Amino acid sequence: MIKNKELENIKKIKSDWEKNYYMPHVKKHPERRKKFENLSWNEINNLYTPEDVAHIDYIKDIGFPGLYPFLRGIHPNLHRGRLWTFRQFSGFGSAEETNQRYKYLLDHGETGLSVAFDYPTLYGYDTDHAMSRGEFGKCGVAISSLQDMEILFKEIPIDKVTTSMTINGPAAIVWGFYIANAENRGINRRIIGGTIQNDILKEYIAQKSFIFPPEPSMRLIVDTFEFGYKEIPRWNTISISGYHIREAGSTAVQELAFTVGDGIEYVKWAMKRGLKIDDFAPRLSFFFNSHNDFFEEIAKYRAARRIWAKGLKKLGAKKSRSLLMRFHTQTAGVSLTAQQPEINITRVTLQALAAVLGGTQSLHTNSMDEALALPSEKAVRIALRTQQIIAEESGVTSTVDPLGGSYYIEWLTDKMEEETYQYWDRVEKLGGVLPAIEKGFYQREIANAAYKYQKEIEEKKRIVVGVNEYKMDEPVDIPILKMDEKGEERQINRLKKLRKDRNKQKYERTIKALRKAAEDNENLMPYILDCVHSYATLGETCQVLRDVFGEYEEPAIY
Amino acid sequence: MEKKIRVLVAKPGLDGHDRGAKIVARALRDAGMEVIYTGLHQTAEMVVETAIQEDVDVVGLSLLSGAHMTLFVDVARLIKKKGLDDVLIIGGGIIPEEDISKLHKEGIAGVFGPGTPCEDIIKFIKENVKR
Repeated sequence: MIKNKELENIKKIKSDWEKNYYMPHVKKHPERRKKFENLSWNEINNLYTPEDVAHIDYIKDIGFPGLYPFLRGIHPNLHRGRLWTFRQFSGFGSAEETNQRYKYLLDHGETGLSVAFDYPTLYGYDTDHAMSRGEFGKCGVAISSLQDMEILFKEIPIDKVTTSMTINGPAAIVWGFYIANAENRGINRRIIGGTIQNDILKEYIAQKSFIFPPEPSMRLIVDTFEFGYKEIPRWNTISISGYHIREAGSTAVQELAFTVGDGIEYVKWAMKRGLKIDDFAPRLSFFFNSHNDFFEEIAKYRAARRIWAKGLKKLGAKKSRSLLMRFHTQTAGVSLTAQQPEINITRVTLQALAAVLGGTQSLHTNSMDEALALPSEKAVRIALRTQQIIAEESGVTSTVDPLGGSYYIEWLTDKMEEETYQYWDRVEKLGGVLPAIEKGFYQREIANAAYKYQKEIEEKKRIVVGVNEYKMDEPVDIPILKMDEKGEERQINRLKKLRKDRNKQKYERTIKALRKAAEDNENLMPYILDCVHSYATLGETCQVLRDVFGEYEEPAIY
Repeated sequence: MEKKIRVLVAKPGLDGHDRGAKIVARALRDAGMEVIYTGLHQTAEMVVETAIQEDVDVVGLSLLSGAHMTLFVDVARLIKKKGLDDVLIIGGGIIPEEDISKLHKEGIAGVFGPGTPCEDIIKFIKENVKR
């Protein structure tokens, strides 16, 4: 970035400065720690100068927003044009209760929806299945059929607002519910927009809501890619997620390396099927965490965009749309404390700011009470307002990538990219992504990092305000969300009635057709949609696939 | 030689959040205990069966999802029913204050929320283990 002669001069002055000014100063006023490290245990220097970024070629390595390698952002004007989508991940209890919450959020300025499903739904079980015991509506909303989906989006303009759905194992079926609901409401499926998470690799790695073994799971995902670009062109058919990898305890570098690596893996599987990269790649999207180390997070988003653009180019993508990485961000749930919950608002603000400065397309801000229970109305409103303050009051949206060119940020961005490639080499040596999962490589790396981090907190090498320092004995005093106790019973009765009232012949015919298609090699999406339209439940449809594909069991490593 | 405390760390139900369970399992092992980790998706029957097979002194349950009032209680009642009165039961996760005393009444002697140092759990086990 700088001429040789000037660089020599800087080096010389810096060396003098260190010897004659910095070192004597530190001797007199010692630093608080021997070593300063970020959350990936990378040592951070006291100062970064042009020397640290001297190798960078501005045009080639950094460039301009909207142009390859998209380091500075995917749009030429980023948040000066359209703000990111305010999208709060939300769902609890019955479809009726969550529908009310969505309306509340939209009324308060939310601009996109994001569905949290309960555990039975995530595992493809109906509410009345034995394995669903105790979990109804606990971690999200229970959706067992098209009928529940109709209630969930009742009076919500799904032709205008986009919806993201955190669903993986049974993603194709739940997506089917959404599409069928739109069709039944007379909305052309080509205009509906949204995202299904549909990222099974990170389920095996971290989130653990898998159903089927890897091979048939990957087949289903490629089916959705193909069906998506042909039939539902405004839909993101996958959200390749680092969020859960990070929540499970990974470092920022691991989150980056494993997630973008997973992304490349999906592209390879789709290409192997014969899909053209420039047909499906524009609909791939990403999802990252925003944790506590402010600059590390910003560098992570910037590095991710560049790694993805380079990777896709290498795989033969030509269209600009294929190369650019669009991503959603959620602040780090794991960073929230049950102690003094109000101070979580401050944590969330910093994390959200990092996501915005990193150029996110969509953002969820956590509510202050989430280390205690699902968010209350007041808590989620404050979380949403936090985004609105950043957007409307802080001024950070006035220019694109305001931290670009910072010696520290550019150095860190490069370092994270380099360490990503080192991880990819290690995965390659294990035989690739799936063998690395089977060997427990990712799981072990994450568990090691999580344990190391916990030990450092207990040894007070890291301070968590309110937990190991600045503690208070006062009892927690914030309202906790209460759910409708009748919700589960209502849902079970509704399911029983649905099974009795639906057209039995149509149901049996579509289920049978799905089984045959699954046993063959056809794209399953049209068959799944037929099942959905015949009001086959989630559990019934998923059971067909369980029968044909089998179920995955993971090695229990700790 | 003193007999090592044997602990079963279990994940009942569908909840996949295993970060806490794994950290606690390691911390207990590093504290000199023998730890068996069930892995995910255990029914109450599976947990209690493993506890019997492995002849453990402690059963530690972990849940983030909020289903503790059903699933912890299922395990605790089944342990009682099988006559394993000398097994210490503890649990951890996202557990609201008002549920803690109810869990105590069901026989879950120690309940640990977010931010608990592993040291506290180790101490609690050593002081309360029944055999």
